[in-house]
Amino acid sequence: MDAEGSVSEEAGRRRKVHGMLKLYYGLNEEGKVPELPQSLDPCDINGPHFDPEMYLNKLRRECSLAELMDHENCMVKQIRSLDSDMQTLVYENYNKFISATDTIRKMKNDFKKMEDEMDCLSANMAAITDFSACISGTLQDQHAQITKLSGVHTLLRKLQFLFELPARLNKCLELQAYAQAVSSHRRARCVLQQYSHLPSFKGIQDDCNAIMEKLAQELRQKFRDGGTSAKDLSECVELLLQLDEPAEELCDKFLSHARSRLELDLQGLEAEIKPDPPTSAVKEAATRRSSSTAAAGSPTANSPKTLSLPSPTPNTDILEFIDRGCNEFVSSLCLVITSYQELFINHAQTGELASKNIPQMANGKLQAFVHDLAARYFSLVERRIQEEKGVSDNSLLVRALDRFHRRLQAVSKLLPGSTVPNQGTEIVIRAATERVKQYLSALQSFYMDSLTDVRQALATPRLSVAAASVAGGGAHLGGPASGRDAPGSLPELLSSLSANILNQIKSVLASVHLFTAKDITFSNKPYFKGQFCSQGVRENLVVNFIRFVCQSSRQFCESAGDKGGSTPPALLLLLSRLCLDFETSTISYILTLTDEQFLVQHQNPITPVTTLCGEAREAAQKLLNHYVKVQGLIISQMLRKSVETRDWVNTIEPRNVRAVMKRVVEDTTSIDVQVGLLYEEGVRKAHSSDSSKRTFSVYSSSRQQPRYAASYTPSAPMDTNLLSNIHKLFSERIDIFSSVEFNKVSVMTGIIKISLKTFLECVRLRTFGRYGLQQIQVDCHYLQMYLWRFVSDENLVHFLLDEIVGSSAHRCLDPSPMEQSVIEVICERG
Amino acid sequence: MEDDAPVIYGLEFQARALTAQTAETDAIRFLVGTQSLKFDNQIHIIDFDDENNIINKNVVLHQAGEIWDIAASPAEKAVITTCYNKTSDSRVVSCAAVWRMPSDWDSGSHESPDDSAHNPQTLELLCHLDNSAHGNAACVLWEPMGDGKRVISLADNHALLWDLQQSSTQATVSSTATLEGKGQLKFTSGKWSPHHNCSQLATANDTAIRGWDLRTMSQIYCIENAHGQLVRDLDFNPNRQYYLASCGDDCKVKFWDVRNVQEPVKTLEEHSHWVWSVRYNHSHDQLVLTASSDSRLILSNMVSISSEPFGHLVEDEELSEGEDNHQEDKSKEPLKDSVVSTYEEHEDSVYAAEWSSADPWLFASLSYDGRLVINRVPRALKYRILL
Repeated sequence: MDAEGSVSEEAGRRRKVHGMLKLYYGLNEEGKVPELPQSLDPCDINGPHFDPEMYLNKLRRECSLAELMDHENCMVKQIRSLDSDMQTLVYENYNKFISATDTIRKMKNDFKKMEDEMDCLSANMAAITDFSACISGTLQDQHAQITKLSGVHTLLRKLQFLFELPARLNKCLELQAYAQAVSSHRRARCVLQQYSHLPSFKGIQDDCNAIMEKLAQELRQKFRDGGTSAKDLSECVELLLQLDEPAEELCDKFLSHARSRLELDLQGLEAEIKPDPPTSAVKEAATRRSSSTAAAGSPTANSPKTLSLPSPTPNTDILEFIDRGCNEFVSSLCLVITSYQELFINHAQTGELASKNIPQMANGKLQAFVHDLAARYFSLVERRIQEEKGVSDNSLLVRALDRFHRRLQAVSKLLPGSTVPNQGTEIVIRAATERVKQYLSALQSFYMDSLTDVRQALATPRLSVAAASVAGGGAHLGGPASGRDAPGSLPELLSSLSANILNQIKSVLASVHLFTAKDITFSNKPYFKGQFCSQGVRENLVVNFIRFVCQSSRQFCESAGDKGGSTPPALLLLLSRLCLDFETSTISYILTLTDEQFLVQHQNPITPVTTLCGEAREAAQKLLNHYVKVQGLIISQMLRKSVETRDWVNTIEPRNVRAVMKRVVEDTTSIDVQVGLLYEEGVRKAHSSDSSKRTFSVYSSSRQQPRYAASYTPSAPMDTNLLSNIHKLFSERIDIFSSVEFNKVSVMTGIIKISLKTFLECVRLRTFGRYGLQQIQVDCHYLQMYLWRFVSDENLVHFLLDEIVGSSAHRCLDPSPMEQSVIEVICERG
Repeated sequence: MEDDAPVIYGLEFQARALTAQTAETDAIRFLVGTQSLKFDNQIHIIDFDDENNIINKNVVLHQAGEIWDIAASPAEKAVITTCYNKTSDSRVVSCAAVWRMPSDWDSGSHESPDDSAHNPQTLELLCHLDNSAHGNAACVLWEPMGDGKRVISLADNHALLWDLQQSSTQATVSSTATLEGKGQLKFTSGKWSPHHNCSQLATANDTAIRGWDLRTMSQIYCIENAHGQLVRDLDFNPNRQYYLASCGDDCKVKFWDVRNVQEPVKTLEEHSHWVWSVRYNHSHDQLVLTASSDSRLILSNMVSISSEPFGHLVEDEELSEGEDNHQEDKSKEPLKDSVVSTYEEHEDSVYAAEWSSADPWLFASLSYDGRLVINRVPRALKYRILL
């Protein structure tokens, strides 16, 4: 079949051949699907099911002769090539077979030789085994002995260590190598414990124990006397802990030791507070001293110290004090806390002590300890802060408080659960509020002081005026110049007073503002952000001060109300103007300033500006009313005395105006000047075209004369009142002591009203002779000449003076009035 | 509820002196003394007919001089005292005297005023309270609720206790007290206390108020600077023996507890000029009347210092009847010291005000121009006090 196959395939013959062979040997590695129909075809010359008969028949049937011839030729060619291929294959395989046969033969020879050598080797090996067994048999005994000896050796070394232990420990003790001693002892301790039933070991153990006891003693001693540094101390504690000292006791000891040192610091601080009581509060200082020694618990230790203190120690300022407190007390407290925590809490947590709840116990003790000492420290600090009475330099206090607060943060970091920082904050808050209070009282006393100054300033020129008027402008001390200056200084006094107050408030605000400065640690506490600004500063400081000003002003009215003149009237006037200024501008300015500076958040109910303004206005009104009352009273008294003391029935014919009237006009003029300095003119009713005295003369002559005439006619007693009554019917009711407005005219009207009404009432209580009436006429005309210009409505003066003259005419035994022209002449004469 | 309108009566002359007829408890009667230098002075006896709101007047001549003060005897209706100014030889002297009013004025009270004016009768002089040795008389005080036998006159700086004998026709000084001190001290006013068996007297001079024990005629208390200026008048609380009201030129009315004279118990500042007169209501001492030269009369309700401090609580049942429920509801709140009302009928200074002795809800006030005004306590307040 290969021969027939070679006919159909020519190209890629070589491959085909391999494939063919492969196929033949059943190595169908590729398993191609298209092979199957090919192979099933019996006419496929290369297929396995090839049927030569069918193929031949098929060819014969289908192909022509030529084709058959070609086919035959092709087939012959293929057969030939296949034959040659076969031949070469056979040759190749044959050669290989030959060489294989040769190799096998050679191996056969080699193996024979090797078998011999193997035999020899096994024989040798057997001999070696024999020898080896022999040797190990002989060495067995010695080996056991060596092992035993080496065991004895180690044991002996251990024993030696044990025996040498006391000496070694002693030596360590001498050298103060406590750590080494403790570690040695620790190594030996178990063994000694185990063999303690043997007398010799027992001895050693006892020795060791004694030494260790001594060592422990020494450690405790070292622990106890305070000289050692904190590091040494902690080492001590560590060792003692290793020596199975009870931890609780150690905690206590540690703390008590630390306490004694901290207390020294505290005493140092306390000593700085103490020497201050200057002269007044000796007794208080004594009690304080005794109480403080009692608090310290060891009066014997303390008292010599306090006594030995050099009493004139300059009182350190608060910053130094706090600094010292921070550097000495707080830092050593922190150190104690850290080392304590290191020793008893962190350390114990890792060791075997953890099981005994030592950390909790130790922590509890620490808390109590810190709390206790901090409380004492705080009380000292508070005492010191309380001594800061002077409000001169607030920055110092703020800085001190800041430092104080800042340093406490360290404690809070070390002891997270502690209340110490909170307490510290509270102290700061208390100090701040206390400071605000101090500022308030300082402001108040400043205000009162400046009032006293104003009072003095008012009093001094007043005296000189009086002196000048008495001396007639002579070369008196004050001199008339200063007297003339006096009224001019009233507005100056007012402006300087209000400027001083404002400045003071501003400076106080600036000082207080330090509490909320950004770089201050406690300024971001909620208290300082909120309540301090709104309640502390705005309400308690500013609002209270304004209230105080109003209130003290009102007090001037009340205290002086009963028996006049304890306060100079000018002061009343000045204060009234001050309060009015407060109402119009100052209050809102101050409050706006405060709100801006402190960013007051209006969370709490605060006093609105309008309320304060209302209060100020009320105070101003009250003061001004009081001023009118006082001035009116002064003039009334003059008039009353002048009416009451004179015998009006038996008086001489009037030749001039009484001096009292001139005095009244003078005083009224000076009051007018005074009021005019501080208050505006105000509105007055339009004067009649010519309000001079001439108008009055016409007025009085035209109106008064008929009235007097009427009073003569006995037939008509009713007529005497008629004109006056008709006049009253059409005039408004006059309120004498009524509220005045904030202007000069209103004030003057009030004063003149009071004075003239008094004049009227006094006149009605007297009986007049003919010349008495005429004198009153002259006086009233004189008053009319000068007073009309001061009042808002001149008719008021006309009316009251008319009343006076009318009333005196009624009370006159012989009412014959003076000629108007004569009156005018007398009045013009002076 | 409308209050009755005030009744006004005009005198021809100026007047300062007013008193209720103390012994008269049935009729509402006031006595007014006039001040005139040129004419005969008169005492007007004013009867008020409450039901008809009519005034009947009788005039009695008081020829001795102008009347500055008048007081009626608590025992005899017809007996009065006056202080008057007598002018002689260009000298003015103040005197005091006891008078008896003519007996038939009472019967003539129903005559028309015009008729009686035609023929005025004259007072009968009983006796002079002759005090020329002691100075000018300021006022005369009858012993309150007494038998009309004892009077006190205040003259300059002397207080004289008189015994009236033989139907008041003879007066003898039984004891005197003298105010001593710097300067010319002068009593301005006084009041005989109805308490303590009528053994105490209070006087005012300048700004001080003094209390006197009449048995020893010695000073028992002194309120220095009771008022900022002159003290014008005094009155005792009729029910609370230590309480005293005063008024003065500082426009204030003050109430004092004489056991503690440092501070007044209460101060009123309602008037705008000098207060000339203060009077407690005789029955209801919370009602206080003050007269001032600001031409006003003020009735105050001083509940807090009265003898009935809380008033009478009004029961709800009583309120449920009547039409005035709404108005009366307010009365349930505790009453506060307050001004009940201000009377502005006067146009000149009011120098005197008096409660009627017969009707506790009625009072009269007198201003300088001779106008007498009779007013009543507002009914709402009256019922609140009564019920």
